[in-house]
Amino acid sequence: MSTPSRTDAVTDVVTDVVTDAAGGVVTDAATHAPDRGHDHGENEGHGHVEVDGVELSAELVEGPSVASHDVAEYALWLGDDSLVLAQQLGWWISRAPELEEDIALGNIALDLIGHARSLLHYSGAESDRTEDDLAYWRTEPEFRSAHLFEQPNGDFAHTIARQFIAANYLFELYSRLAGSADATLAAIAAKAVKEVDYHRDHAAQWVLRLALGTEESRARMICGLGDLWPFLDELFVDEPLIDRLEGVAVRPSTLRGPAWDAMAPVLREAGLDEPRGFISSGGGRRGDHSENLGPLLAEMQVLARSHPGASW
Amino acid sequence: MTGAKVAPGASVARPRPADLASQRAWDLAARVCDPEIPVLTIEDLGVLRSVTVDGTRTTVTLTPTYSGCPAMEAMRDDVLTVLRGAGYDDVTVELVLAPAWTTDWMSEEGKAKLVTYGIAAPTGRSGVRPAGAVRLQLAVKCPRCSSLNTRELARFGSTSCKALYECRDCLEPFDYFKVL
Repeated sequence: MSTPSRTDAVTDVVTDVVTDAAGGVVTDAATHAPDRGHDHGENEGHGHVEVDGVELSAELVEGPSVASHDVAEYALWLGDDSLVLAQQLGWWISRAPELEEDIALGNIALDLIGHARSLLHYSGAESDRTEDDLAYWRTEPEFRSAHLFEQPNGDFAHTIARQFIAANYLFELYSRLAGSADATLAAIAAKAVKEVDYHRDHAAQWVLRLALGTEESRARMICGLGDLWPFLDELFVDEPLIDRLEGVAVRPSTLRGPAWDAMAPVLREAGLDEPRGFISSGGGRRGDHSENLGPLLAEMQVLARSHPGASW
Repeated sequence: MTGAKVAPGASVARPRPADLASQRAWDLAARVCDPEIPVLTIEDLGVLRSVTVDGTRTTVTLTPTYSGCPAMEAMRDDVLTVLRGAGYDDVTVELVLAPAWTTDWMSEEGKAKLVTYGIAAPTGRSGVRPAGAVRLQLAVKCPRCSSLNTRELARFGSTSCKALYECRDCLEPFDYFKVL
């Protein structure tokens, strides 16, 4: 596959996705990728991309089997976001307001763990580290997650507010990352976006139910959104790394508009205004975290560190 | 190697290999069942992506239904067990993510088996839906009494791939294999 046509293909995919978001046309970006020079079936926009093992199929995949340093760093950012959020959500199992919600939040966390595993596996190959090395043996300043994801669960409305922002952000991100020039990132994103679509639907329904429920539930939903909104901004900051990954990474600032366009109708229907207040300074991408990440990692890592190399 | 030629008539959902040696191994691997929905084989689901016999070496690729699906490891082990039991000594099972799995790949036979088992089969085709507060969805038919008068109790059910519904006519709760 020559480089110029590869670039064309990626541009076309991105265009498809944008058209879909604006026009509400239901399509799958991966299936609309133009032919990329292999004859292996029309639905295989990126060919076979293997994430479980380090090797990728050399015959079909143009991308590297091991990420470059910059791509590895980008995959680490995204993987850490999902891992940290999944760890927070797992707390709700057995504690949610109803049994169905225990299961829902557990399932959402499981999807996120799946995304984190793929992303960390890909990221770690560059430095010869496994997904477990990255999850269990890095210290707090080595994590690259944005602050939103490490925010406390709070009450149920806080968790829903966090989910509402996170799922809408991740949906817009993965929709576009599915057209990345990096075949592995594109494959992970094309799979993740379908799952995250269910997550944002789940969050939207709870925002409506809480905001239009009782006076108490409405007050809590307003409080939850107000407490989480300051962490929205960090998700859309273009760090220098993004400049070096043109065509591979999705430029965060381009996601702000689409994410808001997806959230605004839900807030409108719920009779809620966009929260106003301070903006968190963030810093997660540089390893500067809030007081919340340390205890979260301690709990997540204690078993692996107490029994190195243990398996089921 | 995952780029093997597929048999004439093979579909994206069931890319059965073209050569006889690989077909024999495919047909063995295709018998492995989903540990969580044991009426469905990995071939019914579209999870079995390729089987290649190259000399003494056999390579099988599977794709997960959901990114975090915990059944993948059991399916991988079962494929290894079945093939080794049949005399294939050098077997590798790999997981692939692209193209992303979809419920559109589920066979009609598989859907019928699901309903008999008491799980409503996916309705309609997959596709990323437009954002918004209100979404329309096709009615889900009760697998026991075939009533369309059903409602969703929870979008996330006993496994990642299912939602929990109840029938307003026969009053039974049931699982629905949701569209992905």
